[in-house]
Amino acid sequence: MAKYRIGIDVGSTNTDVAIVDETGKPFYTSKVATTPDVTTGILSALEKAVRESGVSSDDVVAVMYGTTHALNAIVTRRGLYRVGVIRIGLPATTSIEPMLDWPADLRKAVGESSVLVRGGFEYTGEEISGLDKEAVRKAAEEFKRRGVESVAITSVFSPVRADHELRAAEIVREVMGEVPISLSASIGSIGLLERENATILNSAIIGVMKKSISAVRSTMDRLGLEAAKLYLAQNDGTIISADMAEKYPIFTVAAAVSNSVRGAFVLTGIKDAIVVDTGGTTTNIGVLEKGFPRESSSPVVLGGVRTSFMMPDFVSIGVAGGSIVKVEDGKVSVGPESVGYELVRKGIAWGGDTITATDVALALGKMSIDDPSCRPERARDKIPRKIAEEAYRFIINAVEEGIDKIKTRPEPLPVILVGGGSAMLPRKLKGASEVIRPEGAQSANAIGAATALIGATIEKTYSYEQVDRSKALEDAKSEAKKRAVESGADPASVEIAFVEEISMPYLPGNVVKVRVKAVGRAKI
Amino acid sequence: MEKGEYRLRKEDVEDLAVGAAILGTGGGGDPYIGKLMVTQVLEKGKEIVLVPPESVPDEAFIITSAFMGTPVTLIEKLPSGLEALRALEALESYFGRRADYITPVEAGGLNSTIPLYVGGLSGRPVLDGDGMGRAFPELQMVTFHLYGIKATPMSLADEKGNSVILDTIDNFWAEKIARVVTIRMGGWASIAIYSMEGRQYKRAVIPRTITKAIEIGRAVRDAKKHGRNPLDAVLDVTRGFKLFEGKMVDVSRWIVAGFAKGEVKIEGLNEYRGKTMKISFQNENLVAEVDGEVVASVPDLIVVLDLETGEPITTERHRYGYRVSVIGIPCDAKWRTPEALKIVGPRYFGYDIEYVPIEERVKKAGVGG
Repeated sequence: MAKYRIGIDVGSTNTDVAIVDETGKPFYTSKVATTPDVTTGILSALEKAVRESGVSSDDVVAVMYGTTHALNAIVTRRGLYRVGVIRIGLPATTSIEPMLDWPADLRKAVGESSVLVRGGFEYTGEEISGLDKEAVRKAAEEFKRRGVESVAITSVFSPVRADHELRAAEIVREVMGEVPISLSASIGSIGLLERENATILNSAIIGVMKKSISAVRSTMDRLGLEAAKLYLAQNDGTIISADMAEKYPIFTVAAAVSNSVRGAFVLTGIKDAIVVDTGGTTTNIGVLEKGFPRESSSPVVLGGVRTSFMMPDFVSIGVAGGSIVKVEDGKVSVGPESVGYELVRKGIAWGGDTITATDVALALGKMSIDDPSCRPERARDKIPRKIAEEAYRFIINAVEEGIDKIKTRPEPLPVILVGGGSAMLPRKLKGASEVIRPEGAQSANAIGAATALIGATIEKTYSYEQVDRSKALEDAKSEAKKRAVESGADPASVEIAFVEEISMPYLPGNVVKVRVKAVGRAKI
Repeated sequence: MEKGEYRLRKEDVEDLAVGAAILGTGGGGDPYIGKLMVTQVLEKGKEIVLVPPESVPDEAFIITSAFMGTPVTLIEKLPSGLEALRALEALESYFGRRADYITPVEAGGLNSTIPLYVGGLSGRPVLDGDGMGRAFPELQMVTFHLYGIKATPMSLADEKGNSVILDTIDNFWAEKIARVVTIRMGGWASIAIYSMEGRQYKRAVIPRTITKAIEIGRAVRDAKKHGRNPLDAVLDVTRGFKLFEGKMVDVSRWIVAGFAKGEVKIEGLNEYRGKTMKISFQNENLVAEVDGEVVASVPDLIVVLDLETGEPITTERHRYGYRVSVIGIPCDAKWRTPEALKIVGPRYFGYDIEYVPIEERVKKAGVGG
């Protein structure tokens, strides 16, 4: 019996789908237009794939998808849970209350229920004060009365010691029963406000994620895919079981970028490279490091809120396949405005009246498109050669500058081109040791999702003066492995993908942040 | 309100954070935490009143208010806010005298905002001046020290309610001992330090630096709103010089005696193409050279800005590929005497070069404008 996996990835223009066989080889790929509600697009991509590929539904063992549901909910402030916020740290931290600098509409949407209680730790792991269990209980009772749907708990220095968060969660559970609880220690790193914000947002989008998952699940059932397992793509290029995604939806908000980066690795086997993912509206440039997307080290602003959690490092530029070419005062520029999925109607080569980046590449003979309704000669006749050349140079300059910005060293690296709009780019770029556009490039994102490993990244802080370094590393590794198994990995296949130690300057006691990533094959 | 006094508004806080980050010259701690603290105090209906130094009576009693310690512990264990008040009150009770005013010690970075918070919380007016006109890493690198004012008796307080009064033989010992106390208090502490009378303050202070920081921030905001280059706005307000424009191509870092030192190389772009700038830093930017020739050094301010957004870039964010412009701003004249240069000149930081005011260096090198 063949074992097929279906990968789906939602982009701003298209929703891509790919089916891979058990060796990871792409077997079928296609695209549908992304719909405003996102869900409809995912469901029709899934249906289309099952129908057109001819695979028997019994042979599909897993569906993995990366979606923008959670991100959209944060940006539009729709469908968010009302969150009960508990911060453990009194007498410290009162000078900046939770959600102080959040946009007012977002703060309102999550319900403005926050409580500060005594407890928390110093960087050494000593208690600031004992946990005020009574205050936690009272807070939970108040949340229950107010109809809070989800609880976010953050304690000072929980990346060093999470005891107070864990104890508070037990008390909340006793009072509120089966309410979802998010703990900051499993979400972010040192930096209380950013970690607390990420934890609150995680709590707020749990409902949206549940809805998304249940819609996909019921379509799978209708298509006869009852036996297939469901996974979600994460920000770090790995996947987690749908159950875990409902607990940690924040880890899925930037999955699209990572799916493409990971897909580039799967299609080429190259472990260290720059990945240029050109869609219809934007080009995202990310980095492959040891086979996974490189992580960003700076704070991330989500929906107007400063947060920190695992995000891929990438540069986004407003130049892609559907980008509109403009001539102003004799100067030619491209994007950021785009015709998006309407390229096949509005583009010059399709008989439309808008000059797009794709038209320019067609006019100069830089690419060909396998579509009978696309006629490059229209672009060649209608676009003056000089304008086409200038526009094409503009596109290349933007991409080359993006490549240079994302690099951390001046040495040239292989550049892998992926995405639906990638055919227009040349096979020579500044800063690239070689430029590769692998077969299947246009569906790299969906292929990346379909072939992804289960993964878990954890970050903890240790004082190597108090904990022996090897013990600390062992502790972090076993926690990452445990988390990977919880996320759906086959225990026998779990291995450590990387260990990173970052020492914290100016502190005595040799305080070190340890980041560990564990990956394994999905247990199917 | 007295003549020349200024009541701080919420939008000023936003501007101050931007201006303070620029005057922080790459260090001084992120003003973000301080900005939020001041915002909260204003939202709770407290008033923050800024008073120009020249209107302070000779016999007025002034205490300097600040945070001391490692930023990484401050961003995790946020202040209760009360420790800042407690530090102030501990020192007041030691002297048996209530402070008539509080003053900032630095105009750059986090500590430009802390005294405003304390002023708002305690109802004491805050003086519009400081002891640096920028940010520096050590307690004795202030004009107050230069004018013979003692750092101690000083107090340190934590959020738990602990406080310490410290009396030392000189300001260097104050730095050394206080540093140890901050560690035991959890990595950082609120301090009340450099207490003095109005007549001493007026001689030693670098005046009008808080409103200057606000003005810088406002100029950047206006420039962005009207689609103008924020860099020009900063140069205008600070009487600064554009020194360079380019791309960071190499960053190296090392730790010496607890300080984060390093160097960044910037390859010229546009009119600076073909030239290379090197900036040496220790928390703050210290020395800038173009093709081996020094174009600016401490105590003058060297500020690195994002080429596109005009946002100041702190030294810990330096990395390959960053497109930046570099500007130099003349320091206050008080820093340009031989005595002052002994404590904040390039030699104190271990660079064997002569301090030459930036105006002269720029004229000689023919760069900038």
